Amino acid sequence: MAFDIFAELPKLLWLVIAVAAFLAVIGVLLLAVDGGPRTRYDWWQATCFLAPAGILLLTGLVYPVIRTTVLSFHGPGGDTSVGWDNYVWMFTRPEILLVLRNTFLWVIFAPVLATATGLVYSVLVDRSRYESIAKSLLFMPMAISFVGASIIWKFVYAFRPANADQIGLLNQLLVWAGGEPRQWLLEGPLNTLLLIVVLIWIQAGFAMVILSAAIKAIPAEIVEAARIDGVNGWQQFWRITLPSIWPTVTVVLITISVQTLKIFDIVRTMTGGQFGTSVIANEMYSQAFRYGQLGHGSALAVFMFLLVIPLVLIQIRNARRTREAQSL
Amino acid sequence: MSPPRTGPDPAPDRTAAARPSAAARVRRRLSGTGASAAAIIIAVLWTLPTAGLLISSFRPEDQIKGTGWWTFFSDPSLTLRNYEEVLFGGTSTRQLASYFVNSFVIALPTMVFVVAIAALTAYALAWMNFPGRDWIFIGIFALQIVPLQMSLVPLLSLFSDGLTIGTTQVLPAWDLQGAFQFTRVWVAHTIFGLPLGVFLMHNFIVQLPKSLIEAARADGAGHGVIFRRVVLPLIVPALVSLSILQFLWGWNDLLVALIFAGGSVEVAPLTVRLAEMAGTRGEEWQRLTAGAFVSMVVPLIVFFSLQRYFVRGLLAGSMKG
Repeated sequence: MAFDIFAELPKLLWLVIAVAAFLAVIGVLLLAVDGGPRTRYDWWQATCFLAPAGILLLTGLVYPVIRTTVLSFHGPGGDTSVGWDNYVWMFTRPEILLVLRNTFLWVIFAPVLATATGLVYSVLVDRSRYESIAKSLLFMPMAISFVGASIIWKFVYAFRPANADQIGLLNQLLVWAGGEPRQWLLEGPLNTLLLIVVLIWIQAGFAMVILSAAIKAIPAEIVEAARIDGVNGWQQFWRITLPSIWPTVTVVLITISVQTLKIFDIVRTMTGGQFGTSVIANEMYSQAFRYGQLGHGSALAVFMFLLVIPLVLIQIRNARRTREAQSL
Repeated sequence: MSPPRTGPDPAPDRTAAARPSAAARVRRRLSGTGASAAAIIIAVLWTLPTAGLLISSFRPEDQIKGTGWWTFFSDPSLTLRNYEEVLFGGTSTRQLASYFVNSFVIALPTMVFVVAIAALTAYALAWMNFPGRDWIFIGIFALQIVPLQMSLVPLLSLFSDGLTIGTTQVLPAWDLQGAFQFTRVWVAHTIFGLPLGVFLMHNFIVQLPKSLIEAARADGAGHGVIFRRVVLPLIVPALVSLSILQFLWGWNDLLVALIFAGGSVEVAPLTVRLAEMAGTRGEEWQRLTAGAFVSMVVPLIVFFSLQRYFVRGLLAGSMKG
């Protein structure tokens, strides 16, 4: 059967109807706002403006967070209470401990290496003649999907037996160097590190963009003064550039860490979580949606949430400190 | 080709030369060759994997499977067959064109929904006068930290069973068929995109000059009119930034689509199909390489044409938790 454009029409029709209906509702809302009573407080208007987001967030995030927490103390079907069993399961089963170890590896390596690469690169290309092109090259992976990136790297890691021509770049380099080709994605814990490379490849561009903006904001007087004092480039990087942008560096590190904790697409596309590469997010998906273990899945989700919270608290504290520093 | 500079306006250049950034100095002091070599090595490492896949996607099947893409340079042969096959050819389950349409049908409305609702909410939180305003803002800000995974199981059961409190059916079950199945994906994406969306829009809207809003109030304009006539035109760049980010998130997402769209050719987006192909047909490189590029073409066009807005959105959202 060839591609049939007419089979796609209902989708497009529903798209147009849905968007038009939505915009009509918003339009009516905007008109209704000004028809309401005028008082000292904007009660009526605020209710109209906040209602759509309020309803969606309450049903889609607030209620589910409570429900998932409750489910994490229940059995597979979500109806019988099992106390802390799901959490005990999580911290005693070797295969889940492996999942936790992998997540730990991800959170240690991905944020640090992505941020370091982004920082070094933004310093190296800053104000060079090809700055914008050079930055686009590093930044481009940010635009594509994790699935697309995973396929790109699966190809780099592709394996052919030693007597055949290699099609994966990594094995070809190994062969040229006189080694034997290896099945990169099957050998733990190396395979987890190779998956982490994919996330570093994606996130370095993000780190570079944010850090590059911070570097450009360093006051010229400071740099000027340092130069008069006769510091060399190396000292200047460690004593001036890095301390000046340190708050931004931590912001970038934490933002990437939070995303890393939730990483799912790369693991699922490249190995499906097999060969000892699974992480919390992938295991949560497998438990809840493939094995029907709602309790196990929910406990994993709650644990992930607990890991994210301290990171975000640091983030908020940093943000407040920066704002206070700026307002002085 | 640039004309020699003789004009009377070298001012921007002069400021740029007089105030090079810290990094520029570091680079200069680290001295040319070593630093440029390092920069070039990083750039090559970051570009080569994509280039390899792109070149492969245009090579004939037996060559992709038999030799490395680098042999293309000594033995070049190009074909569009992989794309033709992966997009339109073969049996109905293999064609990507349908999934391509699905990706659009998922990403476009989500983008409209999130941007519109986020702008409304952010305006109310920034410029309306009602008690509890700051607490609501903090509440929405805090929701950014909730991982999607916390919400998937309950939200899915809300869609399929509805919500019953006691014996009263508060929300009906959504038994959606055909194209209507997209509705669940839209709603889910909109919910997950809102906290950051509201935060980004609030950052922009709260910076509008107070006098502007107050003057309009004094003229008797209600909030509906102010939002439409005064605020919306001023925040167009912010709307564009958020639209791009949200579109790309919708387009590139795998998890939400997996859960709420399932894997059927009717509603599943490209990412779901590609992930499936990578799993079950992991050795069919001619399909995977071409398929990956089909999925990347739209984000790359958006990226290269609107990079400025994309970066601006990321910068504004970089405080995201």
